Amino acid sequence: MNLNDWIKNNTVHHSQFWDLKKLVEAKEEQGLKISLCLPTLNEEKTIGKEIVMFKSELVDRYPLLDEIAVIDSGSSDRTREIAETFGADVYLSADILPQYGEKKGKGENLWKAVYELTGDIIVYVDADIKNIHPRFVYGLVAPLIYRPEVHYVKAFYDRPLAFSQGIRPSGGGRVTEILTRPLFSLFFPDLTGLIQPLSGEYAVRREVLEKIPFPIGYGVETSHLIDVYEKWGLQALAQVDLDQRVHRNQETRDLGKMAFGILRTFLYRAEALGVIGKLPELNTLLRQFQVNDQRFEQVSFEIVEEERPPMIELPEYRKKFGIEL
Amino acid sequence: MQKRFKNIDEILAALPELEKGAAGVQETLIANLIMLSEIPSPTYEEDARIKLFLQRLLECGLHHVSTDEAGNGVGIIQGKDPARNILLVAHADSVYSSKADHTISVLSDEIVGPGVADNSLGMAVLATLSNILDALDIQLESNLVLLSSTKGLGRGNLDGLRFFMDNNHLPFDAGICVEGAQLGRLSYTAEGMFRGLISCKLPEELEWQRAGESSAIIALNDVINRILEIPVPSRPKTSIVLGAIRGGKSYNIMATQSSLRFEVRSEDSQMVQTVCERVSDIVADIASKYNAEITFEIVSSREPGGIDIGHPLVRSSRQVMEALGLTPRIFPSMSEVSELISRDLPALTLGITEAVHLHDLNETIRIKPIYKGIAQLLAVLLAIDGGFCNEPE
Repeated sequence: MNLNDWIKNNTVHHSQFWDLKKLVEAKEEQGLKISLCLPTLNEEKTIGKEIVMFKSELVDRYPLLDEIAVIDSGSSDRTREIAETFGADVYLSADILPQYGEKKGKGENLWKAVYELTGDIIVYVDADIKNIHPRFVYGLVAPLIYRPEVHYVKAFYDRPLAFSQGIRPSGGGRVTEILTRPLFSLFFPDLTGLIQPLSGEYAVRREVLEKIPFPIGYGVETSHLIDVYEKWGLQALAQVDLDQRVHRNQETRDLGKMAFGILRTFLYRAEALGVIGKLPELNTLLRQFQVNDQRFEQVSFEIVEEERPPMIELPEYRKKFGIEL
Repeated sequence: MQKRFKNIDEILAALPELEKGAAGVQETLIANLIMLSEIPSPTYEEDARIKLFLQRLLECGLHHVSTDEAGNGVGIIQGKDPARNILLVAHADSVYSSKADHTISVLSDEIVGPGVADNSLGMAVLATLSNILDALDIQLESNLVLLSSTKGLGRGNLDGLRFFMDNNHLPFDAGICVEGAQLGRLSYTAEGMFRGLISCKLPEELEWQRAGESSAIIALNDVINRILEIPVPSRPKTSIVLGAIRGGKSYNIMATQSSLRFEVRSEDSQMVQTVCERVSDIVADIASKYNAEITFEIVSSREPGGIDIGHPLVRSSRQVMEALGLTPRIFPSMSEVSELISRDLPALTLGITEAVHLHDLNETIRIKPIYKGIAQLLAVLLAIDGGFCNEPE
């Protein structure tokens, strides 16, 4: 499949899947179980709304979801209490597979969800979305239900506020356009077909999730795309337009940390796959500037992109899901 | 759930079950509330919120879901007796501009955001009522006509509801206006009222030598002083509320424009008329004194009326509230109920929950009392449906 065909065939809009009754019927015919994972860290302002919306529309009204779980990194606000109030299964990340220790990062929560949740498909949705809507889930799982060859569905958001006709630019956020897309263009040109490769919303089949490693920090999305592409090919990926996503904006300085983590993950992946030569030991310190009393000074942040192994390598996981190597 | 109630006492005994049933559809109710609240719906721009309201009714399988020329949204939960109808009204418009951030936050015990109380919760209760009745396995004799009305607030002057009542041909046994706040509210009378806007305009070229002697603010100040001199009797109870003034541009620029918004209420429509005429005279007098263009416009008005406190509908509602441990807060209303009352329809307004910061961007409702508020509404509906709210022949 060439890139243009992939973009044409594997880029869809959530509105194609508006018929939830039909979608639930198709899910039930296949005997699929679907789990929603909401990774959290201090999301008390938005978590309640997300859970209520998904439970009402995609559990009670249309039983598309079999499980709604919050995997929390140790919030100091009322995130876990609110999530429990509205009936989500709430887990502290540190309590899942404690024998493997506790690492801080969203990727850690996503990895532990593979062990804790029971669905054949896991949908990951960030918990900071202000304009939450059921489409954030059904738009992502529908291509997996209707198309067996698709294994990993990524969200993108594209809704111009005013545009007449013709050509207009489209794409991802600042880190995508300045870092990820140039890197993909250089080393994995097929992956440039993904409009927003770093979006935090995606749905994936368990047989894929259990076989790929999880960087625990910023690099998890980039790493997933490269691994799925390498193991299952471009046709296993699809992307769905979910219109608009309203969330809090990140400071440029924070995006710098994100870019640093992504770059480290990318370089190690590229090295491991033989796409680039052997790398020297990479620094884990990101240095940024600040002005203190008219004096410039450097501030350093240690960003270590540790990686969790594919879940299937863990005997505990194989035992829980009855898998024999 | 018991299918038929022989008297109001049996309904009161069922209140705990009604409250439990309402709490059982918590997620659906809050999801409806979120979706409705997050669509801006200033008066005259309610289309999108009404569209969602209708869509939610359709998804519940309701019949006769439609909109009308005034943009109102209507759906019917069918009862067993096609000849009987109860009207439930929740206004769809809110006081917030469409530019305001309408994002809602759901906390463990509160929901915060513009308009959650007034009146997204009222609309959400109507949008969820079918689910609640299904969960409780209740089918009424009467049809429940669910109306979300447009153009209710301010200059809207209840035009949406008025259009519906003028053009609808269903006979109603009673009407209930559902407001998000406050729980315990019981309004079954309306005072005579008019809302006025006085606008003052002076020519742009004011002479600097006369600075301080003349400005649109000074002229309006004179108008206000004269309005405050109007004698207001305590019987019939009458009041003048000066609601908002605007005027001027900055510290050092003489004001050429100013305005006053005010409301006059009285138990006696003749008194309202008298105050209105006095205000007209004052405006004409001050305009000639300042050589200014001062206009007086009546933005909206209501006729006084209502049902008696001894009316079985009011009596049953009070019994329900007291059985739920609520102290009825009785006061006249200027909102939708006044329009229903003026048409001799026995009607009242009920509030659903406790709210604070009304009409601020952080308008907040408490979640737990909502279920008591819904139980109250269901019990009153059951009482009307059972014929326990009819006046003796």
